[in-house]
Amino acid sequence: MSDKKWIILGLLIFMVLFLSPFLYNVLIKAGKAAPMAELVLTPKAKAAKECVMPTPYMRTEHMQLLDEWRLKVVRGAQRDFTNAQGKTFEMSLTNTCLDCHSNKAEFCDRCHNYASVRPYCWDCHLDNPQGEMK
Amino acid sequence: MKSSRRRFIKLAGIAALGLGAQPAIKAIAPAAQTGPQVEFSPGPNALTAKQWAMVIDTRRFNKPEDLEPMIEVCHKTHNVPHFSDKRHVIKWIWETHFHNAFPDIPNRFISEAAESRPYLVLCNHCENPPCVRACPTKATFKRENDGIVMMDMHRCIGCRFCMAACPYGSRSFNFVDPRTGLNEKEMNPKYPTRMMGVVEKCNFCAERLAVGQKPACVEVSNGAIAFGDLSDPNSEVRHLLRENFTIRRKQNLGTEPCVYYIV
Amino acid sequence: MLELAIKGSKSYWIWIVALLAVIGAGFLLYLNQLTVGLGITGMSRDVSWGFYIANFTYLVGVAAGGVMVVLPYYLHDYKAYGRITIMGEFLAIAALIMCMLLIVVDMGQPMRVANVFLYPTFNSVLLYDATVLNGYLFINLIVGWNVLQAERNGVHYAHWLKPIIYISIPFAVSIHTVTAYLYCGLPGRGFWLTAILAPRFLSSAFAAGPALLVLLCLFVRKVTHFDPGKEQIQSLGKTVAYAICINVFFFLCEIFVAFYSKIPEHMDHIKYLFAGLHGHGIMVPWMWASMSLMVIGIILTVNPATRKNETTLAVGCAVIIAGTWIDKALGMIAGGFVPNPLHEVNEYVPTLKEICITLGIYAMGALVLTILYKMVVGVKEEVRA
Repeated sequence: MSDKKWIILGLLIFMVLFLSPFLYNVLIKAGKAAPMAELVLTPKAKAAKECVMPTPYMRTEHMQLLDEWRLKVVRGAQRDFTNAQGKTFEMSLTNTCLDCHSNKAEFCDRCHNYASVRPYCWDCHLDNPQGEMK
Repeated sequence: MKSSRRRFIKLAGIAALGLGAQPAIKAIAPAAQTGPQVEFSPGPNALTAKQWAMVIDTRRFNKPEDLEPMIEVCHKTHNVPHFSDKRHVIKWIWETHFHNAFPDIPNRFISEAAESRPYLVLCNHCENPPCVRACPTKATFKRENDGIVMMDMHRCIGCRFCMAACPYGSRSFNFVDPRTGLNEKEMNPKYPTRMMGVVEKCNFCAERLAVGQKPACVEVSNGAIAFGDLSDPNSEVRHLLRENFTIRRKQNLGTEPCVYYIV
Repeated sequence: MLELAIKGSKSYWIWIVALLAVIGAGFLLYLNQLTVGLGITGMSRDVSWGFYIANFTYLVGVAAGGVMVVLPYYLHDYKAYGRITIMGEFLAIAALIMCMLLIVVDMGQPMRVANVFLYPTFNSVLLYDATVLNGYLFINLIVGWNVLQAERNGVHYAHWLKPIIYISIPFAVSIHTVTAYLYCGLPGRGFWLTAILAPRFLSSAFAAGPALLVLLCLFVRKVTHFDPGKEQIQSLGKTVAYAICINVFFFLCEIFVAFYSKIPEHMDHIKYLFAGLHGHGIMVPWMWASMSLMVIGIILTVNPATRKNETTLAVGCAVIIAGTWIDKALGMIAGGFVPNPLHEVNEYVPTLKEICITLGIYAMGALVLTILYKMVVGVKEEVRA
């Protein structure tokens, strides 16, 4: 088998490429995970105690909620959202969400950056004050 | 023995496929996970109608400057960008000549007053809209409850079929990032901007109707533009239509435009 | 069979590398378009489709034109075409791939392309167009590949292929019919609003597609050991002659209806194309060139002496390709959008970037065609040897 060395070399290259993300973490970045993003609540958000839905739900499902809101507003001519506690909110990212969370940079962006997601909501929806998104 | 083993493998395969498909189905299914207790409503002050319509009394506008407040307030309210490059222009409502607004009414010796007047043109919110027929994704659709022809900017793929289909040239495409044509300090926070690569047009101020306000252009027109429910015989627009001679743009095409002009 | 495409002469590889270079350049420019928007093109609010959709329309015709060799062979048992049906089918594959790329580069939000199938809208012609184009591509891939494989193995192709081959014939007609329906069902666009648009599209397709095949056959004969055949080329020439005559006839029907009825809405677009409107006439020389080229094409392909001479036939086919391209690609879009619905004249000129992106896509098509034809030639040479 004269091809033996080529096969072994090929396998070796494959293994290195395959393991490269792990090797990068173990050898170069050794145990240094990025610190968990620390979210800041504005006084207004703190005073409200709870968002439009319970906090655990908001933490994991806020994107689904926003998606449903936009469907209802744009396609369903519905503008108001009433939660289980009977509280009513206008369904608006800029005017309801960002009214409490007026610190987009320390609230939205920080966690999005940590999770390495780049939602393009802000391409259209205004975000005053400007955040720290890159 | 052999056949039962084969059957087992088959079933296991189907089960695995089912499990694997679940997240995919979940992703595609509409997001309705907020639970049963929540409620959606149009809002307490929302204005409602079966089919919104507009009647423009063109006799009240004599020179182009008379139309400027309406155009300006609309473009300000909806963050419509301004571009000097003619190709990238975006407009929801604008001013034009009689023979441009009504090219199919080429009467030769038309009344001088009517011919020299400026005319406001905008989306007609047709009862039978060709743009809605053409759109491949329902990104533009006729709202069932009040007949407004809406745009869903989140869904538009930017194919521009609706622009070819519209016989009134009412639609604009975002050839460049619209924020580059807007002054950041003058943007209206109540309304979003658009993104590059989608089509936009007049929405009859759906966002204002939802909070009990009439369209912005109607509000600043000093009564020269009326707005109301076409299906209600007692509405202001029906009243005006009964008492005045009105025309519509290209009504021979069967689109049933909902913007009427008193000439 | 793909292994046949990686064995080639030096000039073959130079050609491949050159095509890759053009594709790469086009792709880089496309990345630029993705970041700054379709503003880099010459399109505007008034002329909202341009060079991309124009070439898309033309290439759908080239794809449909392949049926002109498939139909006589499979339906009329015209044996001579047995040798070249595969060339028609593979030409269709290359053309359809270009069509789809052109649609994608024309979209403002290409990453949302799946919305067409996620929210299927049955009243939109675009859904049907996407469906038939994909279907026809799939059919040609299956049929072409299997028939060629069978030929290589020296056996008759599988029986289950026969119904698929029959389906491919109405599919070829449907892709161009539905593409015409994109245009001719729109109210307020007088130039397109004509029941004869689909027949016109088909007639120009059945001229341009076979004309391109004639040139490809002559080229293949010159550079390989595979001869598509004299009789085959002559038969294709006759198809081209009939189709181009019908195409010009259909065009004259349009002229008659518009100018005898004297309805301004229908006349104005044709006036703009051939004489200019309100002092704007960028299309005028192009349209007259197109007409002259088609007339020269008719003379060269209808006249038996010039058709039988392969050199003049080649010239005839080349001018027909050029003439129908100007007419259907440039004229169809410009004529439809100018004057605009408010009867204003805003002309359209493609930008250099837009042309280069289109060229990149053409290079992609040429690459696909080269690889497929290399396989065909390889198999044919193998079988002969």
